[in-house]
Amino acid sequence: MNPSNGKGSMPTASSSAAWKAGDVVPDQFPAGLRVLVVDDDPTCLVILEKMLRACRYEVTKCNRAEIALSLLRENKNGFDIVISDVHMPDMDGFKLLEDIGLEMDLPVIMMSADDGKNVVMKGVTHGACDYLIKPVRIEALKNIWQHVVRKRKNEWRELEQSGSVEEGDRQQKPCDDLDYSSSANEGNWKSSKKRKDEEEETEERDDSSTLKKPRVVWSVELHQQFVAAVNQLGIDKAVPKKILELMNVPGLTRENVASHLQKYRLYLRRLSGVSQHHSSLNNSFMSPEASFGPMSSLNGLDLQTLAVTGQLPAQSLANLQAAGLGRSTAKSGIPMPLVDQRNLFSFENPKSRFVEGQQQHLSSSKPMNLLHGIPTTMEPKQLASLHQSAQSLGNMNVQVNSHGAQSSSLLMQMAKTQSRGHILNESAGSHLPSLPSSIGQPIMSNGIAGGVIGRNEIGDNGRGTGYNNQVAQTSSMLSFPMNHTTELVGNSFPIGSTPGISNVTSKGAFHEEVSSEIKSSAGFVSSYDIFNDLHPEKSQEWELQNVGLHFNASQNANPVQGNLDVSPSVLVHQGYSSRQGSGQNRNISALGRTMFSGVEATGQGNAQIMDQQLSNLIVDNPVRVKYERFSDTSSQNALFADHFGQEDLMSALLKQQQGNTGPAEPDFDFDGYSIDNIPV
Amino acid sequence: MELGQMQGRLAEYTRSLYMEGILDAQFLQLQQLQDESNPDFVVEVVSLFFEDSEKLLNDIARALDQQSVDFKRVDAHVHQLKGSSASVGAQRVKDACVAFRNCCEEQNVEGCLRCLQQVKQEHYLVKNKLETLFRLEQQIVAAGGSVPMAEMTF
Repeated sequence: MNPSNGKGSMPTASSSAAWKAGDVVPDQFPAGLRVLVVDDDPTCLVILEKMLRACRYEVTKCNRAEIALSLLRENKNGFDIVISDVHMPDMDGFKLLEDIGLEMDLPVIMMSADDGKNVVMKGVTHGACDYLIKPVRIEALKNIWQHVVRKRKNEWRELEQSGSVEEGDRQQKPCDDLDYSSSANEGNWKSSKKRKDEEEETEERDDSSTLKKPRVVWSVELHQQFVAAVNQLGIDKAVPKKILELMNVPGLTRENVASHLQKYRLYLRRLSGVSQHHSSLNNSFMSPEASFGPMSSLNGLDLQTLAVTGQLPAQSLANLQAAGLGRSTAKSGIPMPLVDQRNLFSFENPKSRFVEGQQQHLSSSKPMNLLHGIPTTMEPKQLASLHQSAQSLGNMNVQVNSHGAQSSSLLMQMAKTQSRGHILNESAGSHLPSLPSSIGQPIMSNGIAGGVIGRNEIGDNGRGTGYNNQVAQTSSMLSFPMNHTTELVGNSFPIGSTPGISNVTSKGAFHEEVSSEIKSSAGFVSSYDIFNDLHPEKSQEWELQNVGLHFNASQNANPVQGNLDVSPSVLVHQGYSSRQGSGQNRNISALGRTMFSGVEATGQGNAQIMDQQLSNLIVDNPVRVKYERFSDTSSQNALFADHFGQEDLMSALLKQQQGNTGPAEPDFDFDGYSIDNIPV
Repeated sequence: MELGQMQGRLAEYTRSLYMEGILDAQFLQLQQLQDESNPDFVVEVVSLFFEDSEKLLNDIARALDQQSVDFKRVDAHVHQLKGSSASVGAQRVKDACVAFRNCCEEQNVEGCLRCLQQVKQEHYLVKNKLETLFRLEQQIVAAGGSVPMAEMTF
């Protein structure tokens, strides 16, 4: 990792010298793809190596995860993709997945003789961009290059999406961006909108400008000024106030600087002491995971408890961030801390106090990632762009840590998301009195929820405000994550289609909303970014997070009305998707519904988008509720689909559901939802 | 025996192995991976497999011999064996491993011991068969012929 901050110049490990540029690949591609294969079984290792060589890839094999990690670290840009076994004696494959996702943001493919659904799901949640069942056939290996391309594309897209309004558009060079997604993020946020979200983004921007939401985008220049100021003061002595003075940037608040500084510190720590931190991080990471793991898979309830009780050291953060937050409850505290914590976590330097929070956040963030990743497969234009976050987030993912290295981390976050979802619920709950408490829980699962919650906390002075923030965040999160998720989660999605669908839907919805909210989302996005950071795109996330944080802090007053609508749905979806099932879904839908109705009442700025979404929501709500009964993933998907009213998604979702849930079908009361006929 | 005959015998023998389920399509993949640049690929991989699997079988036997059997550990070994046998195409060994894992789940020592026996048997069988196969190939090569590219024509 380069010492430079994420914003700028941190080339991602995935950029390969052999071929660059997001969309342009050398003619010989995929030949020459640099693959790292990790498997403790010597027979499989040799066979894989031969097969990969037969595909004309450049293969490096190793039989120990530790060796693999050190290889990856020594040679940051030396590999394009990692293939790892799940069961290894020295380190769990998913853990490796997470690590790779966190550190290098590479796409990671998991493989195992174990084809049990749970294991595969784990791969998805940890961010793996794909999961191969042994015996691996050469045909399966022939196409692994797609994950690399997809990831880069997503990274690039994310950058575009996150373009800052204030900073102006940066050059849109997908190639460059791909090389260092994090740095590019800043620049490209505004500049390129390749995805179909572009229009929405534009809308968002317009809306945001009208709304005049001060969104701080930590552009490369701004960050450089920041770094210069910090260096001048001395990293130990650098306090936000002084940094602010030195930077002398109009419109920048102390809170903005404070949150950015926090991230920066984590980032530095991560760079300097990756291995040690890594282990500590891992520990912390693992612990929450351990705690959340079972929970996330089962129900967010435990997470909630944890979240509430926990681990929210964020309180301090919250205080720092959101002056307006009056809430001392865990809920309020949670969102904020979550964001920060996530950031912290993503840098792999969890501060002691944040460690817990981070972990939690991590879990929450995961859901987000998860969701995001999923959408990629989902399709819709937006989703398409998003798809593929795979790895690292995934990476960390790639594996369940896997989302590629990047996506995997995100995926891993799934577990985390749960906690997040929890938090989100909390905040949501606080905001919306009508929301059933139960809803909160499901939401937790979603990473987004976490993000949203964070929002609430920060900007939430009053209920409405908080909610708005929440919404805004959600939307931003959603929209943003979409982009990111694609990177991260994208990978995982292929494995688990259902979740993807949900994401997609949510994404779509959010995206629209986000557009109006964009500003707010910008802030939020950063939080999402944080997750990204965790997973694969470290630099990106960092940046984003900052933005998000800033946003939250400064935007309390600018409730994103529009977002509100979005968030509920997002939250709902989020929680929904992350949660594997049951009761929560129900709650979520209820929540979504409530939110939606609430939203409508508020009358959002993004009328068009909102209305559309709202109406979808409203219409879908009743139906959705039904879906929820089926507390399975598929129902979740349905839920999401409903919210977003995306016909495609819906049908896809429905189809999935149908495919996935036999029992669910009979329960579907909603007429409108015939599999092929989703009323949107 | 003249070359043509040897080649015929090899083809016949190979076919029988597939028919009996001792080998599966994965083995064919391995054979197809072999080329001039790596003419002994299959032999190498298979040798590696047997080396590794024997170790695994010993580990499993040892683990089952303990006072208090660590089924997780046994299961991990069996899982590994399952993966590698699947990768070389030793179908029956793989199937025996699948059954073995079920016994591990049930935490049934007797059952596990029986499964181990079964796995060992299949392992021994495929080892012998492959040794014969390779010997036939060697004879053909020594006689100046070439081993026909494997094909699953049945």
